[in-house]
Amino acid sequence: MSEHLSGWGRTTTSIAQVQRPSDETAVEELLAQEPNIIARGLGRSYGDAAQVSGGVVLDNRGFDTIGPIGADGIVTLGGGVSIDQLLAVSVPLGWFVPVTPGTRQVSIGGAVAADVHGKNHHLDGSIGAHVLAMRLVTPTGIHSLSPTNDGELFWATLGAMGLTGFVTSVTLQLLRIETDQVLVDTDRFGDLDAVMAAMIERDEEFRYSVAWVDCMTRGSHMGRAILTRGVHATRADVNDATLRPPRSSKLAVPFVAPSGLLNSLSVKAFNEAWFRTSPRHQEREAHSLSSFFHPLDGLREWNRLYGKRGFVQYQFCVPHDAAETITNAIEYLSTSRVPSFLAVLKRFGPASPGPLSFPQPGWTLALDLPVGPSILPEVLDALDEMVLSAHGRVYFAKDARLGPDKVNAMYPRTKEFLDLKQRIDPDHRLTSDLARRLQLSGK
Amino acid sequence: MDNAFGQPQTVIVLGGSSDIARELTKKLCAARAHTVVLAGRNQSLLDEAASEAKDYGATTTDTVLFDAQDPSNAARVVTEAFEKVGEHVDLVVIAVGLLGDQFEQEDDAEAAARVATINFTWPVAALAELRRRLVAQGSGRILVMSSVASIRIRRNAYLYGGAKAGLDRLCDGLADSLSGTGVTLQLVRPGVVRTKMTAGLPDIPFTTNADDLARTIVKGLASGDRVIWSPPILRYAFAVLRHLPKPVWRKVVDR
Repeated sequence: MSEHLSGWGRTTTSIAQVQRPSDETAVEELLAQEPNIIARGLGRSYGDAAQVSGGVVLDNRGFDTIGPIGADGIVTLGGGVSIDQLLAVSVPLGWFVPVTPGTRQVSIGGAVAADVHGKNHHLDGSIGAHVLAMRLVTPTGIHSLSPTNDGELFWATLGAMGLTGFVTSVTLQLLRIETDQVLVDTDRFGDLDAVMAAMIERDEEFRYSVAWVDCMTRGSHMGRAILTRGVHATRADVNDATLRPPRSSKLAVPFVAPSGLLNSLSVKAFNEAWFRTSPRHQEREAHSLSSFFHPLDGLREWNRLYGKRGFVQYQFCVPHDAAETITNAIEYLSTSRVPSFLAVLKRFGPASPGPLSFPQPGWTLALDLPVGPSILPEVLDALDEMVLSAHGRVYFAKDARLGPDKVNAMYPRTKEFLDLKQRIDPDHRLTSDLARRLQLSGK
Repeated sequence: MDNAFGQPQTVIVLGGSSDIARELTKKLCAARAHTVVLAGRNQSLLDEAASEAKDYGATTTDTVLFDAQDPSNAARVVTEAFEKVGEHVDLVVIAVGLLGDQFEQEDDAEAAARVATINFTWPVAALAELRRRLVAQGSGRILVMSSVASIRIRRNAYLYGGAKAGLDRLCDGLADSLSGTGVTLQLVRPGVVRTKMTAGLPDIPFTTNADDLARTIVKGLASGDRVIWSPPILRYAFAVLRHLPKPVWRKVVDR
């Protein structure tokens, strides 16, 4: 069926034929015959990664089985199973996902394609570090992959945004939890230097750590921030320990808001309220899994708040020794006066071996920016330059506006990736609007 | 592919050596356009425009030579341009046009027909082929240079204005027909623009230059407005002008 598709940012829309195969043979046939084809999960990439204009988009939700969870916490899932569906089964048994992004509404195939990271990246790395094996269908066949079995293709798939093929199943090592609570420390900081110093000092004591930064305040409070850090609560930590899975929200944004609802004034007011209502210092407060890990899932279809023109997310990372790029970026944003919602700041741990995997040891900052201000394209182009000169990179899963000329410098192993892609996709069938924009399909 | 800000990467310009087209091409290349194919009737001007595009950041440029007096070549020209781009085409600009001197054209059947062919028939033929190719792509944009001269037609440019009026109205319907295809069409309605085509015309109010116009068009490409007026105030000026009683209109424009 022909469908209009866009990413979560609702910016570039294109039309493709959508098919939902449910067995590997069907996927194999489609990949062998269609000239332009890409997989799509739940459409949570912000830009144009899971769409291919005029081609065929393979919806992965036909691969929806969840295998038994072993005593060792190893489970094999269909590529279309969402983290939400997995947690519904695994939490009551005392297992949590090893890595979760800010939403549960991602498919495990999509999570692998983006090599997603979470609040525990500084200790646990990205999801690739917890994938024991996967099955990948490419235009030249079906592959059973693991770090030791064609490790090159295994790692290349992590972060490749679907450009190595269609993930039909993933074997994942889950994390043992005793309760469905997280003990959270919250601290408020008046400026950016203070929060970054605090993160360097004590992040290692917490499995999870993330800071929300206000990018709209100028002057001495530039980059004021709220740091939340948590650990899974043990049975000894809480009364009435339970293991209930996160529940889906009943609240949704019912229609597309007018463009401009989120403007400098409303965003500033929101940031102010967020900052003021959070505690100055609080220790070991019990939070539910969903309120700690997936606060945005509390309001379904929240992307509609950004209106018809949509929004872009700009997420970049820089090495530890370029931490001042974070400060410079926030300073530049606050003076350029483009509205940006509370930005997310986090420290990254070790990189994954994948040539296109985003995280590298250092710092990452993610910004939500409504499309509209006419200076925004140039502001982000200027940020690209700052990031590049710090040997950093932007995240393809969030990107909707990077130019192809920046890709090789941000991802120096792109050539290696394209050589590998040539091996498994000699006719360059695997492509997406993102791949066309960034010249990653090998054509 | 267009990015989230409506900045195209691969562009075809039909009528690519006109002053307006060149100014627009420069601005698109300074943003994201890396592949540009320019089609026009003068090879040396096209080569000049292509090398200018490279100066502004294009990495791949090519040209197609054609004469808009012959609509039977339109499908071939479009096909050749698509082949030279060699990948997804993000934006096609139709900037083909001929103004000429009304007093030399109005009593000359051949000259009158030439104005109609270049401003209307050739673009219509090209649009048919473009529509087919872009709809198959599932995305892409068409930008058609119309003119405010098409909104209320002046006595001393009725051949040009009439042909542009035909194109303008036709494109309105064509844009509707594209709804749901992933392809969009935007019309540009500039006032008088100081270019080689309009050399010798007096400056009337709201006269702009090609640089201002190109800037306005780039903004319009970002916002997706179905009609791009330049300068933007003409949208409101013509809301009034188009309803002026005839004697008043003639007084205003035929000074």
